[in-house]
Amino acid sequence: MSSATEQLKKFKTFSPKKLPLEEPLAPGHRACQGCGEVLALRQVMKALGNEVIVVSATGCMEIISSAYPQSAWRVPWLHVAFENAAAVASGVESAYKVMVRKGKIPKKKVTFLAIAGDGGTADIGLQSLSGALERGHDFIYVCLDNEAYMNTGIQRSSSTPYGAMTTTSPPGKKSIGQHTWKKNMAAIAAAHDIPYVATASPAYYVDLMNKVKKASLIEGPAYLHIFSPCPTGWRCAPHDSIQTARLVVQTRIFPLYEVIEGRWKLSRKISKPKPVSKYLKLQQRFRHLTEKDIAFIQARVDKEYEELLARCGLQEGKEVPGKIGT
Amino acid sequence: MAKRIGIEVSLAVSEAVKLADVDVIAAYPITPQTHIVEHLSELVADGELDAEFIPVESEHSAMSTCCGSAAAGARTFTATSSQGLALMLEICYIAPALRLPIVMAVANRSLSAPISIWNDHSDLMASRDTGWIQTVAENGQEAFDLILHAFRVAEDHRVLLPVIVNMDGFTLTHVIEPIEILSQEEVARYLPPYSARMRLDTAKPVTMGPVGVPEVYTEAKKAQDEALKAARPVILEAWEEFGKHFGRYYKPVETYCTEGAETLLITMGSIGETAMSAVDAMRSQGKKVGLVRLRLWRPFPFTEFLEAVKGVKYLAVVDRALGLNGAGGPLATEIKAALYDEEERPYIWNYVAGLAGRDVTVENFVEMADGVEAAAADNLKSDYTIINVRE
Ligand SMILES: Cc1ncc(C[n+]2csc(CCOP(=O)(O)OP(=O)(O)O)c2C)c(N)n1
Ligand code: SF4
Repeated sequence: MSSATEQLKKFKTFSPKKLPLEEPLAPGHRACQGCGEVLALRQVMKALGNEVIVVSATGCMEIISSAYPQSAWRVPWLHVAFENAAAVASGVESAYKVMVRKGKIPKKKVTFLAIAGDGGTADIGLQSLSGALERGHDFIYVCLDNEAYMNTGIQRSSSTPYGAMTTTSPPGKKSIGQHTWKKNMAAIAAAHDIPYVATASPAYYVDLMNKVKKASLIEGPAYLHIFSPCPTGWRCAPHDSIQTARLVVQTRIFPLYEVIEGRWKLSRKISKPKPVSKYLKLQQRFRHLTEKDIAFIQARVDKEYEELLARCGLQEGKEVPGKIGT
Repeated sequence: MAKRIGIEVSLAVSEAVKLADVDVIAAYPITPQTHIVEHLSELVADGELDAEFIPVESEHSAMSTCCGSAAAGARTFTATSSQGLALMLEICYIAPALRLPIVMAVANRSLSAPISIWNDHSDLMASRDTGWIQTVAENGQEAFDLILHAFRVAEDHRVLLPVIVNMDGFTLTHVIEPIEILSQEEVARYLPPYSARMRLDTAKPVTMGPVGVPEVYTEAKKAQDEALKAARPVILEAWEEFGKHFGRYYKPVETYCTEGAETLLITMGSIGETAMSAVDAMRSQGKKVGLVRLRLWRPFPFTEFLEAVKGVKYLAVVDRALGLNGAGGPLATEIKAALYDEEERPYIWNYVAGLAGRDVTVENFVEMADGVEAAAADNLKSDYTIINVRE
């Protein structure tokens, strides 16, 4: 097997003017208005095309796309349960591998995609994901991170950010809301020493699609962590979804980067960051936070960004080669 | 040509899986199942079996991986036991509902707590209503044969349901027995290659496992229930064919010395062999005792069972699991339900015996057969007794 870097030589970037016309995820689904998850998912599917087999975990994207007798899926799609998308995808991928080897089915390039929310990834599904990444299956795992269990009514997950209000992390006299910092799932995935890990946001759609495409070119497991605004759960205006998905990057709260064979690479350096308050103020889930709380968040975001720069071998003030699309 | 060799039953089971030319095996170790998958991993490592062996990180993932594999159209096997089966259970409900013909060997073992690695049927009963076809082996040869039967039934397009082959942990799995191992050619004649009726294929996209709104869930369950019942004739046909090919004929319900019997012992699994010795002993003393052994547990073989117990006065139903519901053992509950509509019903006493590897001896069976008659004579309300309890 050649290295991931070698395999990426075949990679051609998408351009904003020439995006694929294919929509493997059909428009007739039941997501809420302004749903960032479904938008990201559409971008993922457009990037992959039709030679894809999708395994979905239980969650919003499964519910909104598959209410029998309708289906928004134009590609083969399988849902088994909440916490096992990675294990199910392991089975599908292994089955293909052996059936091709035994001459039972024709050989062709098929991409295996597992998708799950942050709950199905960072909490209940972490074990099956870790197992699948460790075993090295050739598949892409996409976490659509809307920072809570939305499908069961906005309960906190380990991916819910500090200070956010959810139905199981309500702010009160003795609570700030979510009192732990967001779990760094992408770093956890990268710690498995897999060939490709990336973060993405649907506001930077060309970047997102390029990362998906790269993930499909690389043999072995790839993990994509996609920030996905949820107007319903975050109590923000549906028309602000893209703005929110952009601000989270511009404030350095959710930096965009790749980890290719262990090498960390920033996708876009945010040299003049916007204040985190600008992002937080757009969403009612943070409305109870005081200036002091916001200052605390700002300080931790700054620190984490510094750490990320260091991981990428960069320092504040230096230019990064390579720009990303809009 | 078939070869008769002395072999550990677990290894014989693996040999059957190999002869079935399975494509994907996903498994997680648990005593007393481990030898089955260990041997399979060796066969794969040595190139004797061309399959993907996936050493998953839990039984939950083992069953999940099997679902993915079967949905993709591959012949799929796993094995487990006890806590492993309990951990899988969530997905065990899903596999038959998605009509995925997975075959699983379960080395039956008690459930925690207290933790115990020894044999009983607690795990078998925990999975009884998941929708899997379930057979129960009595000896090593049967365990081997039932695996091949399981693939043939599961993958039949009239069935498309997963099958569990139950075998008692240790008392069966770890025993070395003379077993006739069939040859590849013989098996190939009995077991056609698996061709999925529907699979995940980009050339023909399908949506599998969609959301069931209230308007469709009931219909989906009814269809599943009907599919399980409709599997019955195929199960029998596959046994009939097995007999024709290899000379060993199997039935859903076996009877032993039931001719003219007044009392019948009812068992499932390997204790049937001890029960036979007890019946022999009692018959030699002129007692009218016989034995009924269930080989098919799901779908429950109502017709054959009712036929087997017709006209007898007493049933001593031997459960190797305690249903913690105040009603005794699950086998007896099932049998009482099966007999409810009969005009003439035998008197039933339920015995819970052999929990977590406690021996069930010939004497115990004699005690049970005598006990049911005595209870009836005393006009006791049909109930249950846990035998061999140290007080
Ligand atoms: C074993 C199990 N526990 C709980 C649930 C209930 N449940 C279904 S979806 C869900 C939350 C999904 O949250 P997430 O993975 O973040 O996805 P989202 O819907 O937010 O996209 C939960 C708790 C379940 N289906 N299965
Ligand atoms: S609840 Fe949130 S994630 Fe779920 S469909 Fe609605 S907007 Fe999308």
